Amino acid sequence: MDTPILRFENVTKCYGNNIVLDNVSLSIAAGEVFSLLGPSGCGKTTLLRICGGFERPDEGRVYLDGVDITKLPPNERDVRTVFQSYALFPHMTVWENVAFGLRATGVPRDEIVKRVPRYLELVQLKGFEQRRPGQLSGGQRQRVAIARALINQPKVLLLDEPLAALDLKLRQRMLMDLDAIHDEVGISFLFVTHDQQEAMCISDQIAVLNRGHVEQIGRPQELYEAPRSSFVASFIGDTNFFEGFVTETQGDYCNVKTKDGFDLYLYNDRHLNTNTPVSVSIRPEKFTISLTPPTDTDQKMNVLQGEVEEVVYLGAHTRFWVRVGGHRISVVKQHHAYGLDERSITWGDAVWLTVGADKGYMLDRNGSMGE
Amino acid sequence: MIRNGSQRSVIPFCVLMVVLIFLYLPFVMVTMASFNASKYGGEWVGFSLKWYESLFENDAILDALKTTLFIAAMSTFFATILGTMAALALHWMKSRIRGIYSALVHTPLVVPDILHGVGLLLLFVTAKHLLSYCFGWEFELGMVTIIIAHVTFCVSYVTMVVVGRLETFDGHLIEAAHDLGAGALYTFFKVTMPMILPGIIAGALFSFTLSIDDFVITFFVKGAGDTTLPIYIQSAMRRGNPAEINALSVIFLAFTFIFVFVTQMLLTRKKETK
Repeated sequence: MDTPILRFENVTKCYGNNIVLDNVSLSIAAGEVFSLLGPSGCGKTTLLRICGGFERPDEGRVYLDGVDITKLPPNERDVRTVFQSYALFPHMTVWENVAFGLRATGVPRDEIVKRVPRYLELVQLKGFEQRRPGQLSGGQRQRVAIARALINQPKVLLLDEPLAALDLKLRQRMLMDLDAIHDEVGISFLFVTHDQQEAMCISDQIAVLNRGHVEQIGRPQELYEAPRSSFVASFIGDTNFFEGFVTETQGDYCNVKTKDGFDLYLYNDRHLNTNTPVSVSIRPEKFTISLTPPTDTDQKMNVLQGEVEEVVYLGAHTRFWVRVGGHRISVVKQHHAYGLDERSITWGDAVWLTVGADKGYMLDRNGSMGE
Repeated sequence: MIRNGSQRSVIPFCVLMVVLIFLYLPFVMVTMASFNASKYGGEWVGFSLKWYESLFENDAILDALKTTLFIAAMSTFFATILGTMAALALHWMKSRIRGIYSALVHTPLVVPDILHGVGLLLLFVTAKHLLSYCFGWEFELGMVTIIIAHVTFCVSYVTMVVVGRLETFDGHLIEAAHDLGAGALYTFFKVTMPMILPGIIAGALFSFTLSIDDFVITFFVKGAGDTTLPIYIQSAMRRGNPAEINALSVIFLAFTFIFVFVTQMLLTRKKETK
């Protein structure tokens, strides 16, 4: 692997007795979009501010392109921040805002005149040069902030919840645009967000943060399909948890008896021994729900019988809550067929749930914090 | 007084009118008297501008006016610089007792002038003796002590207005400037200063008005020599020509109104563009 463009090494930060970051180490590769994902108060913004130079870590180091920048002031770091509030200079025009970084660092005038239009074009703000931030919409301000940050060609662009202030439709569009901008400029983005969909949508790598420490780092698919802790499993997407212990192992597979009293036959990717307590995550869409008993079951198929307690129709799919023994299982059914033709499953129906042995995922018991 | 079909009492409106009349009637009286040909007022003799003419031939008044404007300019200059710096210090302060500092800066605004005046007089007299005793420096109460006194109360106003201005803008702006590669000086002159300039100007105009108008504190610290306009007016009312003073007061009043008006314009306009 190449040397990372940005590296946090054992970063710790406390405010009084409150540990905001606890020995965090991360590496961000050149050119990738790396997300820091977590609930509010998990320390993601603090980590970003440490990278920008607005906070000093109590311990640990930050390396940019191999150089220790831990103690450098913000204006001597080759990173730029897009603030959540955008922090545009209200007394300057769009043009002056974008040119600010060049002027402040003494770039010659003819170079500024050449570069500003290029970056305004990148963020699709041609023709807005003479407007002031007060005369722009939220999305346009966001674009000015991005152009302003990119114009100095930093090594890493830091984005602090850049889409939080926008409405849903605009947010989705900005995400696509950000992706396009990233492809165009090719530098690393460090993206802070509490929204897992945003992170999944744009990231090459995601670090899930919880209470100041890294729960898991991985590609979006890895985090979704192979969450290491119940915190990650529940924070990224929805899931069903089954607590229990291993009753029998059979090669790569094992039987798990859940607390609620039914057996699951699962792929034993952790090679757990008999009697090991285990927590299993099975995503709602992994289940198949039907009104009739499944016909072609083999040993690797778990079949659960239950009763529908709640139904939420969501257009493209329907979400069911099915009572199975002592458990309420969340199930999502995609509507592949034309919905009005088939007899739909409703409240009170007796249903069969089937799920393959390979569809569940065993979690780290000691790493689980949430739920 | 009926709006949207709901019946509202006319009493508040009437009271407002009475208050306004009460507030502005004295000004109307002075203005009328200044155009009255009669020297001692009382009855209306006829319209005349002669008091305005004689006013501008009265050297004592013109001298007092010059002194007043000079003192106002000097005290505004120093109060604005000191007040702005104090405001920045207060705003950036992370101390837990910031509230106490802030109260300490603002308290002189409500302390009675007479206390302020007595205190300053004692301070100056003590300083005078100490300096003379320790270093052999001699100075008399006069222009300099008046300026110092005016600066002390104007600083509070400037600080208050500039702090108010600082609090209306996003603190991330300064961080953004640093983030974009700007050093401390560049950030101050290109971001902080332009942002707080309306506050600074408003504070300066406030100071100027306060300095011109001040009577009580000036009275205590002025010493024997220099006389400001309010002091002159006060003494002239007893022994000089009151009609000239009326004319002077009207000019004075007009300037005060203009200053207050401009200050208010600056303060409100900038809030809207925020």
